[in-house]
Amino acid sequence: METKTQLLTLTDLHKSYPAETGRVAILRGIGFALSRGETVALSGESGSGKSTLLHLIGGLDQADSGHILIEGTDLTGLNDAGRAHLRRSRIGVVFQQFNLIPSLNAADNLAFQARLAGVHDAGWCAVLADRLGLSDHLRKYPEQLSGGQQQRVAIGRALAPRPALVLADEPTGNLDEATGDAVLALMLDLVAETGAGLLMVTHSSRLAARLDRTLHLSAGKLV
Amino acid sequence: MWVTGFWALISHWRRKPLQLLTLVTGLALATALWSGVQAINAQARASYDAAARSLGEVQLPQLIAQQGDSFDQGLYIALRRAGWQVSPVLEGRLDIAGQSYRLVGVDPLTAPEGMVPVAPAAAPDLTGFFTPPGQIFAAPETAGKLNGLATPVLVSDALAPGLLLSDIGIAQTLLNQPNRLSRLLVLPDQPRVQAPLTDIAPTLQLRAPQSGSDIAALTESFLLNLTAFGLLSFAVGLFIVHGAIGLAFEQRRAVFRTLRALGLPLHVLVTLIALELLALALLAGAIGMVLGYGIAAALLPDVAATLRGLYGAEVSGTLSLRASWWGAGMAIAVLGTAVAAAGAIWRVIRLPLLTPAQPRAWARAGEDRLWVLCAAAAALCALALAAWLLGTGLIAAFVLLGALLVAAALMLPVLLHLLLGLAAGLARGPLAQWFWADTRQQLPGLSLALMALLLALAANIGVSTMVSSFRLTFTGWLDQRLVSELYVTAGSDTQGSDLQAFLTPRADAVLPIWHLRTRVAGLPAQIYGVADHPTYRQNWPLLDAAPNAWDRVASGSGVLINEQLARRQALWVGDAIDLPGGWRADIAGVYSDYGNPEAQVLIGIAPLLRRYPQVEKRQFGVRIAPDLAPGLARALRDDFGLPADSIVDQAAIKAMSLQVFERTFTVTAALNVLTLSIAGFAILTSLLTLAAIRQPQLAPVWVLGLTRRRLAMLELARALMLALLTVLAAIPVGLLLAWLLLAVVNVEAFGWRLPMYLFPWDWIRLSALSLLAAVLAALWPARKLASTPPADLLKVFANER
Repeated sequence: METKTQLLTLTDLHKSYPAETGRVAILRGIGFALSRGETVALSGESGSGKSTLLHLIGGLDQADSGHILIEGTDLTGLNDAGRAHLRRSRIGVVFQQFNLIPSLNAADNLAFQARLAGVHDAGWCAVLADRLGLSDHLRKYPEQLSGGQQQRVAIGRALAPRPALVLADEPTGNLDEATGDAVLALMLDLVAETGAGLLMVTHSSRLAARLDRTLHLSAGKLV
Repeated sequence: MWVTGFWALISHWRRKPLQLLTLVTGLALATALWSGVQAINAQARASYDAAARSLGEVQLPQLIAQQGDSFDQGLYIALRRAGWQVSPVLEGRLDIAGQSYRLVGVDPLTAPEGMVPVAPAAAPDLTGFFTPPGQIFAAPETAGKLNGLATPVLVSDALAPGLLLSDIGIAQTLLNQPNRLSRLLVLPDQPRVQAPLTDIAPTLQLRAPQSGSDIAALTESFLLNLTAFGLLSFAVGLFIVHGAIGLAFEQRRAVFRTLRALGLPLHVLVTLIALELLALALLAGAIGMVLGYGIAAALLPDVAATLRGLYGAEVSGTLSLRASWWGAGMAIAVLGTAVAAAGAIWRVIRLPLLTPAQPRAWARAGEDRLWVLCAAAAALCALALAAWLLGTGLIAAFVLLGALLVAAALMLPVLLHLLLGLAAGLARGPLAQWFWADTRQQLPGLSLALMALLLALAANIGVSTMVSSFRLTFTGWLDQRLVSELYVTAGSDTQGSDLQAFLTPRADAVLPIWHLRTRVAGLPAQIYGVADHPTYRQNWPLLDAAPNAWDRVASGSGVLINEQLARRQALWVGDAIDLPGGWRADIAGVYSDYGNPEAQVLIGIAPLLRRYPQVEKRQFGVRIAPDLAPGLARALRDDFGLPADSIVDQAAIKAMSLQVFERTFTVTAALNVLTLSIAGFAILTSLLTLAAIRQPQLAPVWVLGLTRRRLAMLELARALMLALLTVLAAIPVGLLLAWLLLAVVNVEAFGWRLPMYLFPWDWIRLSALSLLAAVLAALWPARKLASTPPADLLKVFANER
């Protein structure tokens, strides 16, 4: 049931992939809701369908059936251009592999999605850079940054267009524990400040415990 | 969104200038070679057109003196008064500043339309043309050299280089030939009733229009081969561009995925990529056109000299820029880029957003890709077979040639994959096993460059073999065909008979070569009568002959036909052919007749006189000891009064032919070097790009105990070995190409087939050059590897990489 504060609503979501032995079901009837300002961890063993679910919500892939409503817009009814528009303007994505653009420096990477969405705010980007501890590294290119710095740029890039929803796919998976903790703390602070919702895939119950609640996925179902 | 996306795309080039250089250079070189050859062709064709326009007179019948080079102007006046519509021409050589020019004087009031380039802009006042000091028209490059001439010079693009045109009165003054004329052009519109020529001007004779097509055919042959070479070079260039674009796309694959993940719609991304490629194609195309102009300007003097030798008329030795050439060049650059990029763009469209980013995934493609290559090669072979069996004409021949060449190139990676697999299986010791396995893994990344090398080498071997075979055959044929030491032509039958009487006591043999122009089997043809003499029996180049062929020719029970007629009408020894006068003659032999586009029939002199008594009896071959030939030629000129151009010296013809071929070789050699350089460049760029992603593969081997220097040496050895295998594969492909050019394209284009000769020393030289190019190309990446700091190699094992 969608309420005024609900940001994301999933209803009976199914997804399968072709395999040699026929189609393999990855997600089987997923349904949950996420409110504005809420932070939710998505956990589960490898192959349980966590990343697939995140990709469907991000419009990076399409569900076989079911509905995904983001701020009342049904993602499953949109074409590629519609999904791309929603993604660049309302969703911020943080990948495990950082996925920065190697030919752009940190400042340009940070502002990139906001520019793409046409909502670039130089002041906000400067605040983000400051909060993320990147002010002294803005002229550097990704290859000149450490893993932790690169992930902080990726978080800044996701938050720069002030998205309604942030999706993070194991954002600390490539970082050591101390750096990962620091990066996550920053991300949670900034998400809270912007009032966005956060859905984060993680293997770590320790990290999951720092979020408002945890959804556990097993064999394609929420348990 | 558009600007941000475009900026992100092109920012790649700012960080990777070498890749940008590779891409632009590859496309520019491909465009350069193609446009250079096209520029040469266009310039040569334009010069022919100009020559044909300004010498439109050759299309008209002419009245010329029976004896001597010129005649009195009074005859012209008499003919005009008698109602003959004729226009006077005086021609001679004019020496200016140490150079000799051909001056043609015409009467602008009676000359055929288009012959005199008197355009209002060039000569607003026609009286200026024929009122002393008059005006001289010349092509731009010729006009620039006519300093110090009292007569004003006007520039005309319509004139062939080296030709000067003036009013006939001005020409008579300049040539110091007052009241003399060289010929009268007989205009198309004549009165119905006309006084006979013999009544008004008995010292003149009517000469039929000259076709000049035999020379044009040779010229077309030369240009066709150049065009084929240009297309092959462009195909090599396309492989390079395809490789460069493919690499550029692969290196940005992760960026494309990120852009889409961040919300850039697919259609925007594809449009931006297309715009970026268009900009690059225009930039590279412009650079390529400038380079192409340079190539053309450098080669044109040799081409012009070659064609001058073949054609006799001048071809401009300097280039003039034409808008159509620029347009075609830029279009080919853009189209070439589009063709080369089509596959890469398609992969972007199909790019799965979610697959983990794997740069250079295509370079690691497995055997699936080889099957695709095999299937494509098989499809091309089927196309070639269809063209061979079902197609006719030049286009089918070129389809056959192109399909087989590309099929061979596509099969190269398959062949190398198999060979490397075999070597890996036979290898003993861990290093050797690693070397072969690693080379096999590198193959997909290098295969485009190696395919380009294969095409370049095949083109090189093919065209060189064709030109060399042509030279060997043609000079051998000249030796056979031009046996007589002198060839003389009389102005009339009466003079012919006098000439025979003059020559008989002075020469070993006087061989009549009398002929008539007619039509045979619906084709324009010449029927030649030749004497029954050992000169023919021992030397004439017969391709096929019945027993006692010459006896049958002499008796009239058989005839010989040239190869062109045989191939066009599928008539061979044992068949019969219908000749004019209701004569159905048996074919006793077929002879080669290079350079002649027309059908030709050779019969005995007696049957010729019996069946065609009206034949002109004017031409003779003269057999005489070679050292006596110049003296006899002098006697013919001085004592007998024969014009110089009626006596042809065999040695002079042969010398001219050889000179023509030497010039041809210069052009071919230059184009060969350029094509090979481009292929070498392709190897360099591929190795450089591969070097950037090789560290994860090389670092473990380094850690296990191989020095960086040793690794670099192995990289060099790998490039050398792959180049060697490609060379070995290219030799049969090149020979196949040569065979197709000689036996298929030539037959379709000109009706004669040339025998193929092999030149193994050329292959060895070419192989050495190719290996040198490969080593030079591999040297830079190998040097980079040898000097890679250990810290960089260690990064492979760190998470920070």
